[in-house]
Amino acid sequence: MQRRDFIKTGGMALVGAALLPNLLQSCHAGTKEGVALMLAHFGVSENELKKVIAAALEKGGDYADLFFEHTFYNQLSLQDGAVNRAYSNIDFGMGVRVIVGDQTGYAYVENITMDEMLKAARTAARIASGNATVKAVNVSETTFTNYYPFVTSWEDVSVKDKMPYVQKLNDRCFALDNRVVKVMASQDDSTSYILFCNSDGVLCADYRPMTTLNVSCIMEENGKTENFYSNRGFRKGVEFLTDDIVETIAREATEGAARMFKAVKPKGGELPVVLAAGSSGILLHEAIGHAFEADFNRKNISIFSDLFGKKVCDEHINIADDGTIAGNRGAINFDDEGTAGQKTYIVTNGVLTSYLHDRISAKHYGVAPTGNGRRESFRFAPMPRMRSTYMENGNATEEEIIASVKNGVYASVFTNGQVQIGAGDFTFFVKSGYLIENGKLTRPIKDINVIGNGPKALADITMVANNQQLDGSTWTCGKNNQSVPVSLGLPSVLVKKLTVGGE
Amino acid sequence: MITKKHKDLAQDMLGFAKQNGCSASRISIGCGTDSSFEYRDTKLEQLQQSSQNQLSISLFVDGRFGSYSTNRIEENELKKFIKNAIDATRYLAEDPHRTLPNPDLYYKGNDAPDACYDKQFEQLQPDEKLQLAKAAVEEVYQTDPRIVSVSGSYGDGDWFSYLVDSNGFEGEKAQTAFNIYASVSLKSDGDARPESWWYDESLFWDKLQKEGIGKKALERALRKLGQEKIKSGVYPMIVDNMNVSKLLSPVISALNGNALAQKNSFLIDKLGQKIASGKWTLSDEPHLPQAGGSRWFDNEGVATRPRTIIENGVLQTYFIDTYNANRLKMQPTISGASILTFKQGDKDLEGLIAQLKKGILVTSFNGGNSNSSTGDFSFGVEGFLIENGKLVKPVSEMNITGNMLTLWERLAEIGNDARLNTSWRTPSLLFDGVSFSGI
Repeated sequence: MQRRDFIKTGGMALVGAALLPNLLQSCHAGTKEGVALMLAHFGVSENELKKVIAAALEKGGDYADLFFEHTFYNQLSLQDGAVNRAYSNIDFGMGVRVIVGDQTGYAYVENITMDEMLKAARTAARIASGNATVKAVNVSETTFTNYYPFVTSWEDVSVKDKMPYVQKLNDRCFALDNRVVKVMASQDDSTSYILFCNSDGVLCADYRPMTTLNVSCIMEENGKTENFYSNRGFRKGVEFLTDDIVETIAREATEGAARMFKAVKPKGGELPVVLAAGSSGILLHEAIGHAFEADFNRKNISIFSDLFGKKVCDEHINIADDGTIAGNRGAINFDDEGTAGQKTYIVTNGVLTSYLHDRISAKHYGVAPTGNGRRESFRFAPMPRMRSTYMENGNATEEEIIASVKNGVYASVFTNGQVQIGAGDFTFFVKSGYLIENGKLTRPIKDINVIGNGPKALADITMVANNQQLDGSTWTCGKNNQSVPVSLGLPSVLVKKLTVGGE
Repeated sequence: MITKKHKDLAQDMLGFAKQNGCSASRISIGCGTDSSFEYRDTKLEQLQQSSQNQLSISLFVDGRFGSYSTNRIEENELKKFIKNAIDATRYLAEDPHRTLPNPDLYYKGNDAPDACYDKQFEQLQPDEKLQLAKAAVEEVYQTDPRIVSVSGSYGDGDWFSYLVDSNGFEGEKAQTAFNIYASVSLKSDGDARPESWWYDESLFWDKLQKEGIGKKALERALRKLGQEKIKSGVYPMIVDNMNVSKLLSPVISALNGNALAQKNSFLIDKLGQKIASGKWTLSDEPHLPQAGGSRWFDNEGVATRPRTIIENGVLQTYFIDTYNANRLKMQPTISGASILTFKQGDKDLEGLIAQLKKGILVTSFNGGNSNSSTGDFSFGVEGFLIENGKLVKPVSEMNITGNMLTLWERLAEIGNDARLNTSWRTPSLLFDGVSFSGI
């Protein structure tokens, strides 16, 4: 319930929970998209959708939408050297949302029958309290660019096709370093059938794949124990599973764990922080991304509420939030309220140029929605959420940036972060990095929290390198009890001053 | 609620699993409803209402194990689902440690399953709920020129569950919950909008505190005005009773059987050893009447019982479920704690503060993490600087860093103000010698 927003990556939470089988009956042929197929999948007709929308608007709502979802989730996990647990979940239902002004009514059902849908529509309709003002709607199929093309659907393979990769991940970790004593590995995938319809006449369908591969390894040396993890997550099909990706994350996990034994904690306090390219994008997610989400701004409770159109950082800095990167964990063909996936510049030449909007905030500000209206599932109303948030290249080199720091830290692997929207204080946890002494990386550091204030940190970015990278880790963003997949990226940057934990 | 139809379905599905080759299986069915009303400033911001179902099944097939869940609980569809699940499980590697619990450990009592269910839940009308959310806002809206936004919400729900397995365990539980929450954002000098919140929650409508939530949120926000970071250093730290769980959680995780089995715990092989300050005694009290977290059996049907977890700093038990007992060749205890209670001291928060010449009161954590293997932690904090027994300045944007074992060894005093409306009944705590980083 707290207005705290956080992000985390999957690896560190890889407990001995679920694992995976493939349970799905394939019920698709040829293309897996298309409204006609989805209508058939959910057993509804266009006419019925129109009737439910009419019921949703009968108390005077300005707008209504219907979101149908059928998600198949599978996980396979390995402990003690063998792929010995499977977990699957099926989630099915539809939600009805009614908006009047900034106000939202929401209800959902797990049985998609006319009776149940009409009941939900009339519950959501109660947000308004007058007579219907919107006339009967016409709906027509809207199509969007596909940002997650795949070769093989997760519905077309079984447990036995996926198991070898998880096993290999275990075996490679043990082979790479003889100090490894335990490996926990897992692979998961989900497939969502989505059908969406609204009172503006949009009727669209989506077929959303998602997958992750995770490993966490425990290493012992001279009576000491350390752990490290690595993972990758994409909106891709089965072609995601390759020997190369197994090798990459096995190496990251074992090399990371080995580094931990040599790592120290810095002396805490205010220090210059160099953020490595890639997963350091967590800085943008926490320091500014959440505070740019327009629901916080229309409510006047974000520290950036009065900064629209103002210069917030160096004029060479450009930051985007992008749903259009093919196969990316933050990619969306259309958001969960029927707005096309798109790339939104939130900072252009150092100026705050756009908030991240859903339909409600866009209407509030009199702008077009930016395709950020997302929801965890049919159980939730959408709200503004990030997709893939990254900074574009600058013109320094990482070497120059490191060389400019006399005494500071270099941070490269992160597990989680959090922000307070109003105060602007944000944190991220550095799992691994290095001390910088006299312009050189010296000893590894570990397990340190870094805290700063959004607008100050943004203004304190004084150097930006030309080595921009998108991070492929499985970032999941939490806000108001809803989790959505996101990604992030950054070129190496220097933040002049942040408060680094230490003893 | 759980009906005879649910129970018959669960029993039939256990039979179906057996017919299709499962040596054992366990099913849980859950269903419930939720509603929430959020009011902001002068308007209803959002209303939500829903009901849901869930069926989970654990399958033991040919020495292999899988668990599966679905919200599609129609019989024919379920049969297809279970059949597929059995096929999937058969592909896995064998795991001889996967078994149902020893039936001797099952809960076999006759206590009422609805001791935590409030029948008034069924009588409450939407307007009444909305009024509570609105009232929380109106307590403070426009009472101070610095207020930029006030939001209040009311939420409630009921949840029914039924657990049955092929070894003959059968148990059920019904529960209600009610909550009121308020948050207040203020305009300060500069762009920051300090925000704070307060809430109450209860399993019973009559026990829910319905007034004062908005006022308390405002009071907590006002006292944050003027926050700044102070000099890095080693200070005594008081953590208020709302926030102790952040420091307790890594310890509880380290006692979990799976963490032990995976060598991913900083408390391996510590049973019977002193792991913390002699002042610390921590217990699991699963049978407290009408209390959040209370239960007669865990998620495997194993009977809960009161347990001392840490006694005068000495570790007394781990949380070992059936699987991990088999793997670790240890006696099973229980899969997890139900209600955590501290042996309390004699001072409230004010009393703890009053005795400190200099220190920091932590009233909120901001991110951070703890290394599960080593116990090394680093967390963002905010709170107040204490001087001569008084709060003299709000502080923020600082980190505390250390190791869990060292921290709990430095537990110096336990308050008497445990919060009783949550299952982790944590009082305020005083720790000596904590490293804070700031300026």
